[in-house]
Amino acid sequence: MFAYILRSLLQGAVVLIAVAFIAFSMFRFVGDPVANMVGQEASMADREELTKHLGLDQPFPIQFLRFLGKAAQGDFGISYRQGRPVAAVMAERLPATVELAVLSAIFATVVGVALGVYAAIRRHGLVANAVMTLSLVGVSLPTFLIGIGLIYVFAVELRWLPSFGRGETVRLGGWTTGLLTKSGLQSLILPVLTLGFFQLTLIMRLVRSEMLEVMRSDFIRFARARGIPNRVIEFRHALRNTMIPVVTIAGLQLGSVIAFAIVTETVFQWPGLGALFVNAVQFADVPVMAAYLVFVAFVFVVVNLATDLAYLALDPRLRAAPTAAR
Amino acid sequence: MSAKRLALAAALCAATMFTAVSAEARTLRWARSGDALTLDPHAQNEGPTHTLNHHIYEPLVMRDRKGALVPALATSWKILDNDKSVWEFKLREGIKFHNGNPFNADDAVFSLQRAMAPSSDMKGLLTSVESVTKVNDTTIHVKTKGPNPLLVNNLTNTFIMDKEWAEANNATKPQDFKNKEENFAVRNANGTGAFVLVSREPDVRTVLKRNDNYWGKGSEVPLEISELIYTPIKSDATRVAALLSGEVDFVQDVPVQDIERLKGTQNLHVTAGPENRTIFFGMDVGSKDLKTDNVEGKNPFADKRVRQAMNMAINRAAIQRVVMRGQSVPTGVIMPPFVNGWTPELDKAPTPDVNRAKAMLAEAGYPQGFQITLNCPNDRYINDEGICQAVVGMLGQIGIKTNLVSQSKTLHFPLVQKNPPETEFFLIGWGVPTFDSEYIFSFLYHTRDAKFGSWNALRLSDTELDKKIESLSSETDAAKRNGMIAEIWKKLQDETYYLPIHHQQLAYAMKANLDVPVDPENQPKLKYVSFKGM
Repeated sequence: MFAYILRSLLQGAVVLIAVAFIAFSMFRFVGDPVANMVGQEASMADREELTKHLGLDQPFPIQFLRFLGKAAQGDFGISYRQGRPVAAVMAERLPATVELAVLSAIFATVVGVALGVYAAIRRHGLVANAVMTLSLVGVSLPTFLIGIGLIYVFAVELRWLPSFGRGETVRLGGWTTGLLTKSGLQSLILPVLTLGFFQLTLIMRLVRSEMLEVMRSDFIRFARARGIPNRVIEFRHALRNTMIPVVTIAGLQLGSVIAFAIVTETVFQWPGLGALFVNAVQFADVPVMAAYLVFVAFVFVVVNLATDLAYLALDPRLRAAPTAAR
Repeated sequence: MSAKRLALAAALCAATMFTAVSAEARTLRWARSGDALTLDPHAQNEGPTHTLNHHIYEPLVMRDRKGALVPALATSWKILDNDKSVWEFKLREGIKFHNGNPFNADDAVFSLQRAMAPSSDMKGLLTSVESVTKVNDTTIHVKTKGPNPLLVNNLTNTFIMDKEWAEANNATKPQDFKNKEENFAVRNANGTGAFVLVSREPDVRTVLKRNDNYWGKGSEVPLEISELIYTPIKSDATRVAALLSGEVDFVQDVPVQDIERLKGTQNLHVTAGPENRTIFFGMDVGSKDLKTDNVEGKNPFADKRVRQAMNMAINRAAIQRVVMRGQSVPTGVIMPPFVNGWTPELDKAPTPDVNRAKAMLAEAGYPQGFQITLNCPNDRYINDEGICQAVVGMLGQIGIKTNLVSQSKTLHFPLVQKNPPETEFFLIGWGVPTFDSEYIFSFLYHTRDAKFGSWNALRLSDTELDKKIESLSSETDAAKRNGMIAEIWKKLQDETYYLPIHHQQLAYAMKANLDVPVDPENQPKLKYVSFKGM
C-alpha cells in the first residue's frame, strides 16, 4: 500500500514536469507580455530593456530550466500583471475556487446519485422520464448560458440572489470563507448550481445505467429469491456495486471542477483561480499561467491517487490482494 | 469625577455635531470590466490604473471633466523668463496626506524622481526632464533638456506620494519584476486625494472612503460620496445584470449592444461622448516590396494614389451605423477632437466614392487591384474585429482582396511594435494624453529610432518631416508653433499614410439620480458627482 502510494507520487512528479514543459513551450503563442507591461510612450529601447530584464530574450530551454529551478524552491516569480508574488496571489484565490468546487461536487454527487437511483428504480415512471429528458438539456447546454440564465432569473428579475462576487467573507487564518455569512452563502448558490449542473446530469445518467445493469445480474435475482426486501436489495446490494465507476467519474470530475471552473468564475466574477487564469492569458502573464497549469496538473495527480484509494475502500477484492496482483 | 463627565458630554456633543455637519452617508458602487493593475502610482502607465489612483492620489496639474488643465497640488506654473528650459511650480500650501504628513516640495521632488526611475512606467513621459530641484518649501524647478513648452501636459497622471511614507515602507522605487518581494505601494496608498483607501483586494474589491479634510471641497467638488466601492466585473452580461438588479450604481465599459436597452430602463441613465481615442489603419509605405501582397517587385502602398483610393473606398458612415450601432464619430484625421491642432476641416471624413477610387487605383497601375494581409486585434477596441471585417468588404469593392488575421492584443501589438514591424497593413487606436499634435507626430510619423517613432510601423522615414517635428518641441511661441502644426497636418493629410475611421465613443450607465458625464480620457473623477433629488 505504501509502495503503491509512493509510486503514484513519483509518477505524479513526472506528470508535473511534463505539463510544465508543454505549457511553457506554448507560452510563445500567447503573445508578448512586454507589450502589456509598458505604456504607449515607452521607446523601443525601453521595451528591449524590459524584455532582457525579464529574461524573455533567452532561448526557450534556458527559460524553462530557470523556471523549474525556481519552482522547485517554491518561487513562481512575480506576476507581470499585478506586480505581486504569484504564490501569494494564488494562495489568496485558492479558497474561493475550492469552496465553489467542493460544494458543486457535493451537490452534483448527492443529487445525481439520488436522482439516478430513483430513475433506475422507477424506470417507467412519469417523473423519472421527465428527469431523464431534463438531464439531456444539462448535458448539452453550455455552462455560460446556464449561468447567465440563472443571473437573469434570480438576480435581475426576482432579485433574490446576488449576480456576482463572493459576498462577505470571513478570514480564518490564511483561508477566507463565504460559508459563515448570509451574503456569502447567498452568493454561492448560483455559481454552485451552474458549475454542478453538468456533473449532476452526468452522474445521474451514469448511476441509472449502472444500476439497471446491476439489477439484471444474478446475485440480485438470487437476493430476490431469498426474499430480501426491495429496499435492502436496492440500496445495500445494488447501489454499492454501481459505485465503482461512479466514484471514478466523480473523482475525475472533482479535479476538472477545481481546474476548469474558468467559465463559471468568469460569468459570476468569482474571485478564484479560474478567473485569475483568464486575466493572465489576456495579459500574457507568463508566471501566473505557468504556476496555474502546474497547479492543475497537481490537482489531477492528487485526485487520481485519492480515487484509487477510494476503490480500496469500496471493493474488498482489491484489499485482499494488494500489490501482488499487479 | 464631574469634570470627567463634562468632558465626555462635550466630546459626545462634538461628535454628534460633526456627523451632522458632514453629509449623510452615501455609498457609490462602481463597476468596470477590469481592475487597476496596482495602486503604485508610477508602476503602470495604464488607463484603469490611473483612473482609480486619481481618487487617492493627485498630480501637480490635472485635467478637469472637459479636458482642460487645472491646478491640483501645484497652484501655478510657468517657464522662467531668464531660462526657457526651466519650469517653475508653486505648490499648494497646508495640504496633508491621508496619514497626516504635510505635503511639501520634498514630496514633489521625490515623486517626480521616483516616476523617472528605471522601473517606473511613467518615465516615458518625462524623458525631456534633466533634473528636479527644490527651491523652497513651496517651489520646485524642473529643468528640461532644452525648452519644453509641453512639459505640464505630461504631468497630469504623474501622482505625488509622501516621501516619508515611501521611505518608511521601503517603497522609494516602483516594483522591480526581478525582486521577489511585493512592493508596499502595490496594495497600500497614502495620497492627498479626495478619497482614502480603506481596503484593497486586487481583482475583487477596493473600498475607499471620503477624505473629510480634502482641500478642494467646494461648489465644483461637492464630494457627496462618503464611500466608494470599486468592483471589476469582467463579463459584459454580468456587469449589465448587476446594474439592472441594483447591485451596482455606476458602470463603465457598457457594451454597445446594451446601450439602447439600458436607456429604456426605468431608474437608469446613460451618458455618452467621444473618448480621446481614434481608430485607424496603417500600412507599410516604406518597404521596396511587400511580403503578403501578390505584386512582384514593388509596393502598392508606396503610391499615394493607392492610399487615397483606399481612403475613398471606406464608407465610414456605414461602419458607424452597422458595426458601432451609432456609437462612434466618423473622422478624416487620426486626431481626437480635444487635441491642439484639431480643426473641423481636418476632421471631415472623405465622401466614399467607389468608382473614383477604382479609377485612381487603375491610374496607379492596379486596375485589377491586388492582395494583402490585414492584421487586426479582437479584444482591444470596441468592435475592433467588426471594423476590420467591414473594411475588408469595402476594399474588396475596389479590387483589393484582403486576407484578415485577427487575434488577441497580446499577439497583435508585438507585430506593430517589433523592429522591423511584422505587419504590412494593421489597425490600431491611439489616444493623446498630452492633448497636443506633437505627441501624434513623434510617435506615429517620425522615423523610428531610439527616441522617436516607437509606434511608426509605416516604415516611414522622411528626414524633412522629422526635422519639422523635432523643432516643435522647443518652440515656446504658441502661435508660431500652432502654425507649424497646421502646416505638418496639411502635408500629412495629403499623403494619407493612415486611414482614419472614427473617434471611439464611450458610454457610462448609472442610476437615474446620478450624473457622470463621459470623461475624454475615460477617467471619471467621482469627487465631482452629486446625487440628484432623492
